[in-house]
Amino acid sequence: MTQTNHIGKAPNRVDGPLKVAGAAHYSGEFNVPNLAYGYVVSSPITKGKILKVYADEVRALPGVLEVFSHENVPYLAWFDKSYKDQIAPGGSPFRPLHAPDITFNQQPVALVVADTFELARYAAALLRIDYEQQAHETNLETKRTEGYAPGKGKTGFQPPPPPRGKPDKALENATHSIEAEYAHGAQHHNPMELFATTVEWRGNGQITAYDKTQGVYNVQNYLMGVFGLGKNDVRVVNQFMGGGFGSGLRPQYSVFMAVLAALELKRSVRVTLTRQQMFSIGHRPNTLQLLKMGTNPDGTLAALQHHALHETSQFEDYTENVVNWSGMLYKCENVKLGYELAKLDIYSPQDMRAPGAASGNVGLEVAMDEMAYAAGLDPLEFRLRNYAERDQNVDKPFSSKKLRECYRQAAAKFGWENRTQAPRSMRANGKLVGMGMGGGVWDASQQKSAAKALISADGKLTVRSATGENGTGTYTIMTQIAAETLGLPLKAVTFELGDTDQPEAPIQGGSWTAASVGTAVKNACDALGEKILKLAQKPADSPLMGAKYEEVEFVNGQLRLRLDHAQAVVLRDVLQASGKSQLEADSSAMPNMVKQNGYSLHSHNVAFAEVEVDEDLGTIKVTRVVSAVAAGRILNQKTARSQVLGSVVWGLGMALMEETVMDHKFGRYMNHNFAEYHIPVNADIPHIDVIFVHEDDDIVNPLGVKGIGEVGMLGVTAAIANAVFHATGKRVRDLPIMLDKLL
Amino acid sequence: MYPFTYSRATNVADAVRDKAGHKASAYVGGGTNLIDLMKMNVEQPAHLVNVAKLPLSKIEDLPDGGLRLGATATNSDTAWNEAVKKRYPLLNQAILAGASPQLRNAATNGGNLMQRTRCYYFYDVATPCNKREPGSGCSAIGGYNRIHAILGASETCIATHPSDMCVALAALAPTVRVSGPNGERTIAFEDFHRLPADQPEFDNTLAEGELITSLDLPEKGFAKHFAYLKLRDRHSYAFALVSVAVGLEMDGDTITDARLALGGVAHKPWRDKAAEALLKGQPATAETFGRVAAHVVANAVGQGSNDFKIELARRAIVRALKQAAEGKQEAGDMYLGGQ
Repeated sequence: MTQTNHIGKAPNRVDGPLKVAGAAHYSGEFNVPNLAYGYVVSSPITKGKILKVYADEVRALPGVLEVFSHENVPYLAWFDKSYKDQIAPGGSPFRPLHAPDITFNQQPVALVVADTFELARYAAALLRIDYEQQAHETNLETKRTEGYAPGKGKTGFQPPPPPRGKPDKALENATHSIEAEYAHGAQHHNPMELFATTVEWRGNGQITAYDKTQGVYNVQNYLMGVFGLGKNDVRVVNQFMGGGFGSGLRPQYSVFMAVLAALELKRSVRVTLTRQQMFSIGHRPNTLQLLKMGTNPDGTLAALQHHALHETSQFEDYTENVVNWSGMLYKCENVKLGYELAKLDIYSPQDMRAPGAASGNVGLEVAMDEMAYAAGLDPLEFRLRNYAERDQNVDKPFSSKKLRECYRQAAAKFGWENRTQAPRSMRANGKLVGMGMGGGVWDASQQKSAAKALISADGKLTVRSATGENGTGTYTIMTQIAAETLGLPLKAVTFELGDTDQPEAPIQGGSWTAASVGTAVKNACDALGEKILKLAQKPADSPLMGAKYEEVEFVNGQLRLRLDHAQAVVLRDVLQASGKSQLEADSSAMPNMVKQNGYSLHSHNVAFAEVEVDEDLGTIKVTRVVSAVAAGRILNQKTARSQVLGSVVWGLGMALMEETVMDHKFGRYMNHNFAEYHIPVNADIPHIDVIFVHEDDDIVNPLGVKGIGEVGMLGVTAAIANAVFHATGKRVRDLPIMLDKLL
Repeated sequence: MYPFTYSRATNVADAVRDKAGHKASAYVGGGTNLIDLMKMNVEQPAHLVNVAKLPLSKIEDLPDGGLRLGATATNSDTAWNEAVKKRYPLLNQAILAGASPQLRNAATNGGNLMQRTRCYYFYDVATPCNKREPGSGCSAIGGYNRIHAILGASETCIATHPSDMCVALAALAPTVRVSGPNGERTIAFEDFHRLPADQPEFDNTLAEGELITSLDLPEKGFAKHFAYLKLRDRHSYAFALVSVAVGLEMDGDTITDARLALGGVAHKPWRDKAAEALLKGQPATAETFGRVAAHVVANAVGQGSNDFKIELARRAIVRALKQAAEGKQEAGDMYLGGQ
């Protein structure tokens, strides 16, 4: 029997071979029989009303099955409540095809369904629609003075804590102070896989929706509410995802459209969005931030003020936690945080990798760099002088926080001591060289999750939970946890996910999947383990007689006493002797509130970046990044490292190139394709070192894991922006830093 | 995508005849641009004549010492051709600076000349565009125009030609051979693409039904002193904000012949013969380069979001001239001058 300690090792992805062989099926790839194809028609105007849809002209084409619009959509749920998904913000959710009103550009206004995709696309191009246009406003700059503080509304949103100390007075009396405004435009998730839904018509009003989503239960509940379906009428499946980054947290209009058509036509239907339509499903909002900071003579922070304003739609108060982190990352007695929204004629923004934190972190960490320079301190030294031992927002200690160790290891690896403080003081290869740093903090949260474990007589374990795999490694880490808990080789374990026929798991976001589903998987396997122990204790001569579950362990295919390894039974023998073909156990996991109540639960990181700038041409090349992450226990060194590599690439994109540009004359995003919305390509990505600083933390959850996908992005953008300043002496405060800003 | 019929031609005469026999027809080579435009409903040909398999894929020596690039040779095969690498390394570099290996493997030389602008508004049928729909207006003027023209634009269109290869070709000045319903003719490369004036719907001077059969490069390849400098918003797979192709002949430190062309700045690859004349006979100094660069952008006009390109172009010209004069470039160097 092979070694069965799997947690913390670096096994390959268990789903890797399926993906390489093309055997992993994505939502738009389920070729069910008798499939019809829907193509979404998008509004070319931003605000107004549809006067007439000339659907009959298109219905007349042979092969066109139906044109759905607000003119003929059947009775759907009336109350907002029915359209609210698990993380819907406050307000009134967008209802596709509900009314003639146009409230944002590229609003879906019709669905053309035909026998082939090509015909549906052609017919959609022919569909004439008359609109009445009204004046729109899409420019956040016009709303600077019209911000308002949103109510609570969205799950996970925390309004900023009230001011502490005397932030205005302290700022006034500070030895050194800075004040600066930071901005970034809208950004879109742009996963490679397009949003797609294949709805299989099962007859009798029952459907299976293969839908690109980060939460199959969230979509199932939404469909039940909107279409009045029972739980048994609609099964939602998503076993693989070609990137989500938050774009799949809420049900998208693609699934609404496909289900509508399938129910009406009583036929299987697929709807796939176009790349251009991927720019109509939510985005990281255009955000403006104002930072004020002051220091005491000893370089400690005297005051910190952080105010943010970002856009939302006319119909929902999309919220994210932008400024709260600034009251937590550094020690400061005098803090004032403000957060406002402004309504524009756009679609609601949506959570996008480290939502809120990624935005606020740029303001905070660039301002910290500016403050360090104003106070004449090395940026790392400045952060060390203001290290927060407690979370002052809630006045609690951290359950664990090894950020100082992150600083130490990453700075050493990076060679921060070779940096000279003065801007423009370092050169190489005929270029200006800059070194910058930034750090971050993210929630370590756990959500209620359930799992089922089944073991067959031949020792094959199957574990199920309706979580998601969007490339993060969920299949692999859950397999590791299950295998280690019951002492099995990875090959003997199959983890299944992404199906509403499985026990419920939360939407896959917030970096909480490892902690939430991982704990449920462990609990389900332990529950199964207890059953196995009982079976093992049946024979009168059992070596485990009288042992409690805590006194035994599953290792290398055996069940044995922890304190006397000779007292052991072979797992497969126990199962076979029982005469049962299969054993199963269900379990769920919730955060241990009693244990956690006295603590602040967070992961931390730091990133160091080096850039070379060609001063004449303004071109920037990131030459190195070192990222150190303290996120509890790392379950899989390989997939975790890959997540952080991806996070660093996200940070680089935000720093140097990502921006969705709107032409306010039309209220329309114009660079809505992969050619003109620039995400980093290989040539942009330097060598990246990833360091994990282990934290022992039995408070955060039984597995001691914190999640890494989002915290890994933090600090990176600011580190690059700060490195550009160090290289050039130019402080660019509006992202992305494209070459023209350095000319 | 609108329905269309399709045929595959096996010789030039058939291709020309087939196209002439169909209304609203188009030739398709690698299809790397036309097919995209058809999916976006920007182009709606009723009939496609596939010319990718025509026997025009050879790259062969010409009796006058030049080199013939077949119209259906792929961009990759052209870039990595031994004669191109040795005698026209500027062309090698420009091709490799464009697109991705996958696209270069499919795209043909003739198709590269025929690719259309990447103007955001041209690509989006929800917005007015004079090039796509003459008379509807130009949305880029007063709109988002980071990638738009600073030279030779008109009141009807400020689009740019997106090719890298064509910028090098503008400097190398080949002859474009074409076949059409009225037989064969040749077009000087500088006359092939046109400025928008009041007819931005026409990118080039091809007559109806004409098909490019080859690009005939003259002997002079500037293989010793050349540079292709491309500045863009990411390090690969992005169109040029500004690119500069330079070919020099030097006698010691004196420039005896010069070619200078810019990409990303105009409706056509922008060769500046007056600037070339200013270089001839001059020492290869920063002062000379600065004077020439200032001349090239003297009449440049910004449109708002692309104002920076005037200064960027000026600096890029200086840098590219310096690189060319130093003569350290080699074929295959894909990332140049800070990129």
